Amino acid sequence: MSEGATSGPAAPETPIGRRRFLRRGAAGLAALAAGGLCAAARRGGQREPALVWQIDPDKCVQCGQCATHCVLNPSAVKCVHAFPVCGYCKRCFGYFQPDAERLTSAAENQLCPTGALRRRHVEGFYYEYTIDEDLCVGCGKCVKGCTMYGNGSLYLQIMGHRCVNCNECAIARSCPADAIQRVRVARPYLLKGRPEAPST
Amino acid sequence: MTKPALIIALALAAVASLAAGASTYDRFPQPKFETGYEYPVGQYPLPRPGGLQWLDVAVLTGALGAASWLALRARSRPGLFLLGIFSLAYFGFWRKGCLCPVGSMQNVLLAAFRPSEYAAPWPAVLIFALPLFSTLLFGRTFCAAVCPLGAIQDVAIVRPVRVPPWLNRALGLIPYVYLALAALVAAAGAGFLVCRYDPFVGFFRRAGPAWILATGGGLLALGIFVARPYCRYLCPYGVLLGWMSRLSWRHPRITPDECIQCRLCETSCPFGAIRPPSPAPAEPRPARRRRALGLAARIPALLAAGAAAGWLAGEPLARLDERVATTDRLRREDAGLETVAGVRSQTVRAADRSFADLLAESDAVVRFFRRGGAAAGSFLGLVVGLHLVGTALPGRRRDWEPARALCLSCGRCYTYCPREHVRRRRLEGFEVEP
Repeated sequence: MSEGATSGPAAPETPIGRRRFLRRGAAGLAALAAGGLCAAARRGGQREPALVWQIDPDKCVQCGQCATHCVLNPSAVKCVHAFPVCGYCKRCFGYFQPDAERLTSAAENQLCPTGALRRRHVEGFYYEYTIDEDLCVGCGKCVKGCTMYGNGSLYLQIMGHRCVNCNECAIARSCPADAIQRVRVARPYLLKGRPEAPST
Repeated sequence: MTKPALIIALALAAVASLAAGASTYDRFPQPKFETGYEYPVGQYPLPRPGGLQWLDVAVLTGALGAASWLALRARSRPGLFLLGIFSLAYFGFWRKGCLCPVGSMQNVLLAAFRPSEYAAPWPAVLIFALPLFSTLLFGRTFCAAVCPLGAIQDVAIVRPVRVPPWLNRALGLIPYVYLALAALVAAAGAGFLVCRYDPFVGFFRRAGPAWILATGGGLLALGIFVARPYCRYLCPYGVLLGWMSRLSWRHPRITPDECIQCRLCETSCPFGAIRPPSPAPAEPRPARRRRALGLAARIPALLAAGAAAGWLAGEPLARLDERVATTDRLRREDAGLETVAGVRSQTVRAADRSFADLLAESDAVVRFFRRGGAAAGSFLGLVVGLHLVGTALPGRRRDWEPARALCLSCGRCYTYCPREHVRRRRLEGFEVEP
């Protein structure tokens, strides 16, 4: 295409010279264009060698699409627990169905579809809730309950060792709250915690 | 507002936000444990260390060097095939297809157009640039044995059929359209179309939407007969590589030394990239020149037509952007055209942003798509125009040669050339008559 600019040599004795000159010039321009594009892309001055996807827990609205829209099955999104935020409630809004008649671990009382949320008595009225990551599908049902009625200690996060770091994250695209963003790989988790306490 | 009033208002706002922030955490007070209970330690397994991204860049550089050496110096098809298998294993199945040079094009464009939204890391920029510069030096050896998308199709070639040249040429224009569209959408910050519709990455991850996996399987099945359909008729990065390859400093040749016009290589290329010597021009030079100039004179009209079409297509294309799609959906819901509220519109309503604000943002995106659409359209007009002019230009091939822009440097033609067999016998130490 770029050779198309000339049609035939003017001087018969230097046909190669001119064509080669034009070709070299065009090649130089192509290299400059590619280099210029790269320089423009570096304007942001990103120092990290890589970025990873994370959910901003404060923006998440628990729509449930993380479970279904991730390219992985089960999703790389799991429920995680900020223990210092948890109230250790006996009636946990993340663990029990809203209309649960008895506060037992019977399946009909549990909100979690896969039984990934585990309940253990600690002392007095306090119960500890932990997540079996292998069972969790990232549907966010427990997160919704905990965020709406509890302290919001349960939240969804993209697990760094599971995420394949797609160049276009499918759940970031489908997220209605635009809660999924790229973060620096040096600080790969956006964690919830009490403002005064260090994040767990 | 007076200064003390402003300070009081700010203080009130700060208290209010603190209270709002605290309320979610303190509906139930933090327990005071008496039995010495300690909080479990959260398990947050780390992602792949960022430094390993440099390993990918190093492997890419090494693979490009090896592919160029195998294609130009060693002239070894088996070597290129094995390197292709390695690239398929490493960049494909091990690294799961991301980040690849084909997709990194969009990272570079997004970072160039919206530095406030996304700043491209060095490895992403290098993964985009290295194959381009390598192609500028040695031809499309990246396509031959480094690109995992090419490699997975390359192993599927069993019975390649010859695509008629007119069809090959016409289908070869699709990548330009895909490139223009993907560049527009990436620059607008509306997503990475090339990654979204990558047909093979689902195999690498062994997971993905069913229709993408089906499309990938379909392309591989088609690829049994139509060699490398994605590379030839879809790949947008291939357009850039084709430009670089046309201007490349060195390029693989069919014959190691001289062409003896035996035509044995004629049918060896599964991609239809081998061109015969140019026929003597059928018309005298002034007539040819007039025809070429006549065609070139149509370029401005093509540019204008492309720009107009792109401008008109800008608004519908802008729906690819979620911001525009959501505003549109909200409007339709308010007008009663949609009976069920969408997840996104519900969320946007709950977030309590004014509709005017959303509309302003959406209009800005539409304006960008109109302007960008006009630019993309005129680019496509220019491409068509230059293709037309190219038909009128006399060829300069004296031998059977690969068409530089289309040749994937795969090396399949080498052993079809009798001169190559002479070269190899000589390398083995035999005396061969010239």
